[in-house]
Amino acid sequence: MREISCAALQAAVTELFLKANREIAPDIRQAMEAARDAETSPAARYALEQLVDNYDCAREDGLPICQDTGMAVLFAEVGQEVHFTGGQFTDAVNAGVREAYVRGLLRKSVVADPLFDRRNTLDNCPAIIHASIVPGDRVRLLAIAKGFGSENMSRVGMLTPSAGEQGVFIYIVETARLAGPNPCPPIVVGVGIGGDFEQAALMAKHATARPLGQRHPDPRYADLENRALDAINALGIGAAGYGGLTTVLNVAIESAPTHIAGLPVAVNICCHASRHAETTL
Amino acid sequence: MNTIGVPIDIRLPLTDEAVASLRAGMTVRLTGPCYTARDAAHKRLVEMLDRGEELPLPLRGQCIYYVGPSPAPEGKPIGAAGPTSSYRMDAYAPRLLALGLKGMIGKGARTRPVLDALRREKAVYFGAVGGAAALLARHITASGLIAFPDLQSEAIRLLTLEGFPAVVLADSYGNVFPEAQA
Ligand code: SF4
Repeated sequence: MREISCAALQAAVTELFLKANREIAPDIRQAMEAARDAETSPAARYALEQLVDNYDCAREDGLPICQDTGMAVLFAEVGQEVHFTGGQFTDAVNAGVREAYVRGLLRKSVVADPLFDRRNTLDNCPAIIHASIVPGDRVRLLAIAKGFGSENMSRVGMLTPSAGEQGVFIYIVETARLAGPNPCPPIVVGVGIGGDFEQAALMAKHATARPLGQRHPDPRYADLENRALDAINALGIGAAGYGGLTTVLNVAIESAPTHIAGLPVAVNICCHASRHAETTL
Repeated sequence: MNTIGVPIDIRLPLTDEAVASLRAGMTVRLTGPCYTARDAAHKRLVEMLDRGEELPLPLRGQCIYYVGPSPAPEGKPIGAAGPTSSYRMDAYAPRLLALGLKGMIGKGARTRPVLDALRREKAVYFGAVGGAAALLARHITASGLIAFPDLQSEAIRLLTLEGFPAVVLADSYGNVFPEAQA
C-alpha cells in the first residue's frame, strides 16, 4: 500500500491544467510551424502565422493560448496499491481544477444545468473524471482542457458490422467535412472504434491526446489513420477554414472488442489548441 | 477572390461606404468601438426585443464581436480574446441586422438566412482566426462592462479595437470566403 495525500493530488491537478492551457505541447507547435512553412494558400498561411505567433503572445503576456480554456477532463489511472489520504479523490480533483481556473485566470465555462439553469458555476467545476484501476502503486494523470468549438463538431455513430473498414473511414472523413471551419482547423481527430456507445466516445477523447505521429500498434489501424489523415487534408478546408493544405494534424484511433451486432465509431474533434498535460504520482 | 492582400484599415462603427467597399476575401485591420455578445447575451437581447424593451446597447452601425474573453490579468484591459463559432448566433443575427447592426466578428461558416440578411441589410461578417486569442488580445486596448454581468465571460462589453486583424468572410453582395463555403 502506498499513500498519496489528496493535497498532492490537488496540487498536481492544478499544475496540469495551468500548464495545458498556457503552453502548447512541443509536438503541436512543431506541426503548426511545419504547416505554416508548407502552406501555399496565402489566406491559410496568414492564419497559421497568427496561430504560431499566438503561442509566444500567450507566454509573453501571461494569457492562456485560447480564451476557451475548456471543460476540465481528467483521465486517472490509479494503481490498486494506492491509498488516498486526507480527503476524498473527487473533491481533491475538483479543488485542483478550481485553483487552476480561479487563480490562473482561466475562463470559467461551465453551467450548472444544461437545460433549465444555465448558471455559471464560477469555478469551472465539476471536472469530468475518468478513473480506472490499474496494477501497481502509481497514479497516472492526463488532463485535457477541452474547448467546445471542436467538441460540438464531434459525433458518435452506431454503425453495423457490414459497414466495415470503408464505412468507418467514410464516417471519420465525413465528420471532419461536416465540421468545416467551425472547430478551428487544423484539427486533431481522436477516433474510438468498438466497445459500446460510451466506450467508443471515451476512447476517442483519450486518443486526442496521443503524441503526433505515433501510430496505432496494429498496422491495419495505422493504415486507416494515415488514409483518413490524407483524405481529410484533401478536403481543403485549411487553417481557420480559409482553404489550404493542412486541415488535420493527426488522426489517432483507439480500438476495443465489441458486440457481434455492432461497430460503434466515435469521432472526437479537437482544435489545433490541443491542450493536454500528464504526470505520474 | 482567393488571395490575402495588404490589409485595409477600417474604422468602427462602420459607415455604409465602408461596408460597400468590403469584399469577401479581403484582409482588414479594424479600429474603433465594438461590442461583445455571444450565446447567452444574444438570447437575452432577443427576449428583450420580444418584450418591447430597450436594448442595453445601440445597434445602428455597430459591430458585435462573438467572444467570451478569459479574465484580464492585472494591468491589462482583457484576457485571451479570440472568436467563438458564429453559427450558434445564426438564430438571432438576422433580427439584430434588421435593427441596423452592420458588422459581426466571429469564426466559421454562417447559414443561408444570415448571408441573405447581410445582403438585404447591407452588412458584413468578419472572421478572426479562432484560437489566436492572445495575439488578438493585443489588438484590444480597452474593455468596459455594458450589461449582464451575471453572465460572466458572456456579459456584454464595449471594446476598443486597434488594428484588429480580420478577414471578410461574407460581404454585403452575397459573396463568401472561401467560395467553397457558399
Ligand atoms: S475550438 Fe479550440 S482553438 Fe477554437 S476557440 Fe475553441 S478552444 Fe479555442
